[in-house]
Amino acid sequence: MLKAGVIGLGKMGISHAAIVGAHPSVDFVAVCDTSSFVLEAFRKYTKVKTYGDYVEMLSKEQLDFVVIATPTKFHYPMVKCALGKNVNVFCEKPFSLTSKEGAELTDMAERRSLVNQVGDHSNFIGTFRELKRLLRANVIGDIIHFTGEGYGHVVTKEKGRTWRSDPEEGGGCTSDYASHVVNLIQEVIGRPVKINGTLLKSIYSKNVDDAVYSLLTLDNKISGALLVNWSDETYRKMSTSLTIQGKKGKIVCDATEIKIFLREANQRENLEKGWTIKNITEFALPVNYYLRGEEYNAQIDYFVNNVMNKKQGSCNTFEQALYTDKVIEMILDKAKQD
Amino acid sequence: MDKVIFGDNQFFAVNHVSDEKSRSQSIKFKNNDAIIKTLDIAREAGVNTFMCTTHNRIADICDIIRANPLMYRDFNIYPCMPYAYKYANAVTELGIAGTLKQYLPGNFIESMFKGGAAYLLRDYISIMELLIDSEMKMFKGIRTPVIFLQNVVTDLLLGLGMIDVLKAFKCYVEKKYNADAGFISMNMPKLLHELEKSGIENPIICTSINKAGFRMPGGKELYESVLRTKKIRVIAMQVLGGGAINPKEAIEYVCNLPNINSILFGASSKAHITQTVNYINKFNGQTLVETNLYKNFTQTDAIKYKDIVDG
Repeated sequence: MLKAGVIGLGKMGISHAAIVGAHPSVDFVAVCDTSSFVLEAFRKYTKVKTYGDYVEMLSKEQLDFVVIATPTKFHYPMVKCALGKNVNVFCEKPFSLTSKEGAELTDMAERRSLVNQVGDHSNFIGTFRELKRLLRANVIGDIIHFTGEGYGHVVTKEKGRTWRSDPEEGGGCTSDYASHVVNLIQEVIGRPVKINGTLLKSIYSKNVDDAVYSLLTLDNKISGALLVNWSDETYRKMSTSLTIQGKKGKIVCDATEIKIFLREANQRENLEKGWTIKNITEFALPVNYYLRGEEYNAQIDYFVNNVMNKKQGSCNTFEQALYTDKVIEMILDKAKQD
Repeated sequence: MDKVIFGDNQFFAVNHVSDEKSRSQSIKFKNNDAIIKTLDIAREAGVNTFMCTTHNRIADICDIIRANPLMYRDFNIYPCMPYAYKYANAVTELGIAGTLKQYLPGNFIESMFKGGAAYLLRDYISIMELLIDSEMKMFKGIRTPVIFLQNVVTDLLLGLGMIDVLKAFKCYVEKKYNADAGFISMNMPKLLHELEKSGIENPIICTSINKAGFRMPGGKELYESVLRTKKIRVIAMQVLGGGAINPKEAIEYVCNLPNINSILFGASSKAHITQTVNYINKFNGQTLVETNLYKNFTQTDAIKYKDIVDG
């Protein structure tokens, strides 16, 4: 059994805690948060030890891994402390406030051969994995253009101030929301290397952007658009999608469906000419526990498995998340230049 | 519990297998009239139980039901609480204390935050009871024989090992509302195991059960074995596997499993509602026939009979 702890019991942290707690190979031993309301609930109803100070928790408990789900500005000191004590780390996204800090953490984890992962859960959604496979199999031929979109209603009022409204703390649609989509583009299509232009729009927020529209060129020369808006209340929850236009067809993919249009039938993939629509039922990753969506559970299963085998995985590494952070910096820099 | 229960996902743009469909549904059910009309179609098809989240718009539907007591005299609602996004968005925006302030009655909160009765802040069960009351307000005067805890909360508490809180939910709902407590869960085998360990027998659990094994963590075989060997009242949901299985095959599979008390389904068109109800009625009939009569049939008779039943 692996011994695990969770730092930060907000919306993401508490959900990670339940998934870790339900994992058959994990002994969930400790949590850390600043809210006495939340900690007292753990003391009252579970056997998990509670801490108000993460340094104390990491010093006293002999943990195999820790899940860090605090606001972005705390990631650097917390991840560094955990790695310093040779604890494997799963950290929520966005990874770091600056790529300099992210680079230091990535280097440290690699030098110490510790398993490291960031919570970009979209990469564990079955439809997007299928999309990646179909692109590798060259089903739609040479890619002409892509669109990566993300919409939701996070900020729909002018009042209210949290870390999400502070650019110094990783707030703003580009740093927070768009990083999901950038990471997905990076995982499925290719790494953005050039930003051709960026428009940032503040809709309700005063100090940060609520929408970002940017044109990207990837390392494989493919180019496309990033369109993300977190102030769109026509969406019940975050909706992320990728549309890829190729010479031989087109694919539209979101978390629930993958719609493939082919100019000619593809017998190897058993895809007909015209539209084929498949949904998540066919591609959902098998999990042992389900909370909020397979992807949240599958990413923890993957991480736990890597920790047990003492082997770094290839998906959602610190390095991959650091690259996403760099792209976000490039997008924001381009907006300043323009 | 009725054999067939009508769900509400389609009314609130919840579609687990198509974001696009969910958006078109949000347009179709923009007005409450459209919701009531669909509920009436379901009633005409013989479905008298509506299982719904405590979404703000359900309060309006309840007003209509209360205003027409004769028309809805046989109508039951199974409330499912909480409507998760309402609280999740509030927690993101206001924090936990702010959310409690928003949703709990004034006096209680004032006393909590004034510090005079700070210990109340640690009385989680009382807070939960107040939240249940606040969610139940909209159903006043309407029959709610079973009250459910939503899967996101059930499975969160289950994962955290806070089974005592699930138990407290059950006790309060039984005592205060004279109703059975139900748990929606995506982890039925684990939940049943933990509930039994804590002394809860024959619980009502609403869970995904379908031929495709979709959203059945641990696998379809595990679920089937629990259904065969344990005492449990199951409401099967997602029986169509999100549309991946053809309806006839899907419903036949679920109707032939033991311990399935009810089937929960949602649909927005008259054709789909009627078709689903007909299949459920037909395959339930077939189960009875199979257990009582098939044993004396020859193989040929059985096939012939099945052909008649299947039309």
